[in-house]
Order: sequence, then structure tokens, then C-alpha cells
Amino acid sequence: MVNWIQTYLLRHLQVFFYSLGQLTRSPLSLLMTSAVIGIALALPTGLHIVLKNIQSLSGDLDSAAQISLFLKKETSDFQAKQLSNQLRNMPQINSVHYISRQQALAEFKQLSGFGNALKALEKNPLPAVIVVRPSLSDSDALSNTRATQQLVEQLQSKPHVDIAQLDMQWIKRLYSIMDIIRRGVIILAGLLALAVLLVIGNTIRLAIQNRRDEIVIVKLIGGTDSFIRRPFLYTGFWYGLFGGLIALFLVISALLMLSGPIEALTQSYESQFSMQIIDFGSIFWLISASILLGLGGSWVAVERHLREIEPT
Amino acid sequence: MIQFSHASKRYPGGYDALLDINFQLSSGEMAFLTGHSGAGKSTLLKLIALIERASRGQVIVNGQNLAKVSRRKIPYHRRNVGMIFQDHQLLFDRTVFDNVALPLVISGLSHQEIGKKVRASLDKVGLLNKERAYPITLSGGEQQRVGIARAVVNKPPLLLADEPTGNLDPELSREIMSIFEQFSQVGVTVLIASHDIDLINNLPYRILTLKNARLSHDSAQTAAGN
Repeated sequence: MVNWIQTYLLRHLQVFFYSLGQLTRSPLSLLMTSAVIGIALALPTGLHIVLKNIQSLSGDLDSAAQISLFLKKETSDFQAKQLSNQLRNMPQINSVHYISRQQALAEFKQLSGFGNALKALEKNPLPAVIVVRPSLSDSDALSNTRATQQLVEQLQSKPHVDIAQLDMQWIKRLYSIMDIIRRGVIILAGLLALAVLLVIGNTIRLAIQNRRDEIVIVKLIGGTDSFIRRPFLYTGFWYGLFGGLIALFLVISALLMLSGPIEALTQSYESQFSMQIIDFGSIFWLISASILLGLGGSWVAVERHLREIEPT
Repeated sequence: MIQFSHASKRYPGGYDALLDINFQLSSGEMAFLTGHSGAGKSTLLKLIALIERASRGQVIVNGQNLAKVSRRKIPYHRRNVGMIFQDHQLLFDRTVFDNVALPLVISGLSHQEIGKKVRASLDKVGLLNKERAYPITLSGGEQQRVGIARAVVNKPPLLLADEPTGNLDPELSREIMSIFEQFSQVGVTVLIASHDIDLINNLPYRILTLKNARLSHDSAQTAAGN
């Protein structure tokens, strides 16, 4: 029994390397077929990585969601500080930052460039603001959004608060846009996977036709279907593997090229975002999917064409 | 070893290649199958090797009714039937050794066993010194001997040869026939299709003659009748 398994594994190992040897005899056609597969797979993989990055970026933005409490004009500095302290003790609130009317004016002058125009005004037109950051316990973005919404309503009813403002609309929109893009990527990945399947299937079909005489001879001297099928399946495996590696190479180089400008952009938004090129999970899925497509494509071709070739 | 009873083969389109064939070949017997071209010699061999199936009647090989051999089991049946072809059917991108080794590779033998058996087989046909050569560099007679070595390498109990001397001169043909005789002497059943009447009439073996898809003459029955 052990012996039998040994011979079986040995035979597979032989065909495994034999098929690789056959492929490397014509490196150019191997490279071209693999490159077609690689490019087809690089597209959805790259988009997937970009989406993932946007997601982590928007996660950042979500946790950065702030509620601005504009206080009524007649509120005194003391009252405002009291309210700040009160807010600080609420469990839903992570941090509280009080900006007095004078600070607000100074900040506005500095940032807006309307400093001189403001000097013309008799009174400070700006209200005092308390900036509240909600504490987000939940990892789920949507329930966080809901909790934040509740907090806003609660804060609105506090004394001295004129307006409690939270602009979550754009985050919601971003989420739905990303949802659309994600589905688009899935559809694209499905179509391109089909294309890869067809490319490999066609390549294997040609390989089968090239070795028609050999297949006939092997059938004549008692070769089983699985014996004949094996080298073609392994050929598909190698195409898949090389295609996957090329896709990985393309994705990494494209993202590396993009990462510089993207980081410059995000830095201008004072975001701590650092771009993630590719994680091991994605590499694993890319390579396995590629190999499975290789095996699948060759399986389909072999099943379709091997039966047609019979000795006559 | 081989038994045909009322076996017929009709190809799609209504062409009858064989009609009501009856004969029996016992184990270790050597016989010739002859007849004009198109008489059905090749078809008869194809029925034995399960390249074709009989449309009617029965073909029994080695106690096995071939009608009952499923498509999946055909390879295992063919491993028991050594086949030799007029055009040799060798793989030209592989050495003589690899060509002869192919049936053993298919059966999944180990490296050492394959080496031993291939050399023993090449020795029998006198080509031991050519194991590293490519078939294209060999003469027609040598290529045919490689084909024979491949057919016998896994010691099948039955050998079929379809015009094995078709392209060879008389000298080489006799040489090839003497190789077949040697296998017959060690108990292998040998059936050779050939239209080389001069050659086979000079050999003391049974001759089955096909004419217009029917078995018109069987030298064994004539002998018994006399």
C-alpha cells in the first residue's frame, strides 16, 4: 500500500516537472500566454487593493467624524467650559475641544485670509464652538453612524447649544459609491476569470492537437485517460501559477508607482493614511485563483478534446 | 486465446468490413491473417484490440467477452495485447529507450524495473546498442524492431501485427518473422496480418484467409478435413 502511494506520488512528481520542462522549451510562448493571464488577473486584483485602501481611508474619516456644537451667542465663557466638562464625562464621547469666540476669530483670520475684512467689523461675528469626537466602540461603520446620529440629537437638546452639526451625508454617499465600485470589480473579475479560462483552454487545446499522434500511440498501448490527461492538467497548473506571479508583479509595480503621489495627496489632507501595497491574504487568493483557473481551463479543454482523439 | 463467433463489423454508412467470422486461436499459437487489401484484415485486428467493436456476434479474448469491456477498461485490455504496426507508430521526439519504456511508464513501474525490462526487450530484437538513438536515425527494419520491442516489453500474452513487413525487403522480413517465432515458442499467441503470400507460405503456420469480409479459408480446418 505504502509502495503504491509512493509510485503514485512519484509518477505525479515526474509529470509535474516533465510538463514544466516541456513549457520551458518554448519560453516565449510560455511568457506570452502567462502574460495574458497575468494582465487579465492584475486588473481586478489592482482594483481590489485600491478599494481596500479607500476603505481603510474612509474608515479613518469615519472615526474622525466630529460634531460641532455652535453655542448661543449669549453663552459666557464660564458656562461654555462647564458644558465642556459635562460633555467630557459622557461615555459616548471620546474627546471635547472648546474653542472660544476669540480663538475662533483668531483661527479664522489666520486660515481664511480675510483678516483685514474682519477688522472692519465692530463685533466678533463668530460663535464659540465645542468640537466633540464621539467614541466609536463598534467596528461596523453603519452602526457607528447610527450611534453618532443619536448623539447629535442628544447634544442638540443641551442648554446653550444653538446648533449641533454633523455632516455624515458625504460619508454615506462615499459608502454607496464604493459599494457600486466593489460590485463592478466583482463583475469585472468574473468576466476576466472567464477570459483566463478560455485563454488557457485554448492553449491546452492547441497543445493537445500538437500531440495528437502521441496521444493516439499512448491510447494504443494502453494508456488510461487520466495518464494522458495528467501532463495537460499540470501544464494548465503552470500557466496559472506563472500568470498569477505576473499579475502579482504588475499589481505591485503599479501600486508602487502610484504610492508616492497618493501619499503626497493624503498628507495634504493631514491624514495619517499610509498606502498598503498588498497583503499576504490577497497574494494567497490571487495565486490560488490563478492556479485554479489554469487547472479548470485545461480540464475543460482536455475533457472536450481527449475523447475525440481515438486510434482508428 | 482468441475466439470469434459469428462476428460482423458494419461501419456507419452500411459498409460491411467483416461478415460472420468464426475461428479460434489457442494459447501459444502463431497464425497468419491474409487476403487482398480491403478484405478486412486490419478490421479483424482492431476488433481484438478494441479499437473497433463488433456490430454482431462475439469476440472473446483471453476469456473476456470484449462486448462487456467498458470504455474505461479498454486501456487495461490493451496492455495485454502487444500491437505492431506497419508504420511502426514510434514517437520521434524520444529515444529508442523511451519509446520502448512507454508501456511500462503507463503501467507505473519503477525506474529500475523499467531499465531492466527495456534492455531485456531490446536485447531480444538485437538493438541493445541503439537505446540512446532516436528512431529517425534507424533503418526501416530497425524501427520495426523497436516497435516489436515496445509491444513485448510488458510481456503480453497476445501479439498482433498489422503488415509488420510491409515496407521491408525479403531478407529483413524473414528476420522479423523469426523474432515472432521466438515469442511464439515461449508461449505468446501471435496473429500476423500480411499479404506477403510468398513469405507466409514458406512458414509452417496456420493461415486464415479473408475474402470480401468473410473468412474464406482456414488452413487448420483444411488440414483437419484431410
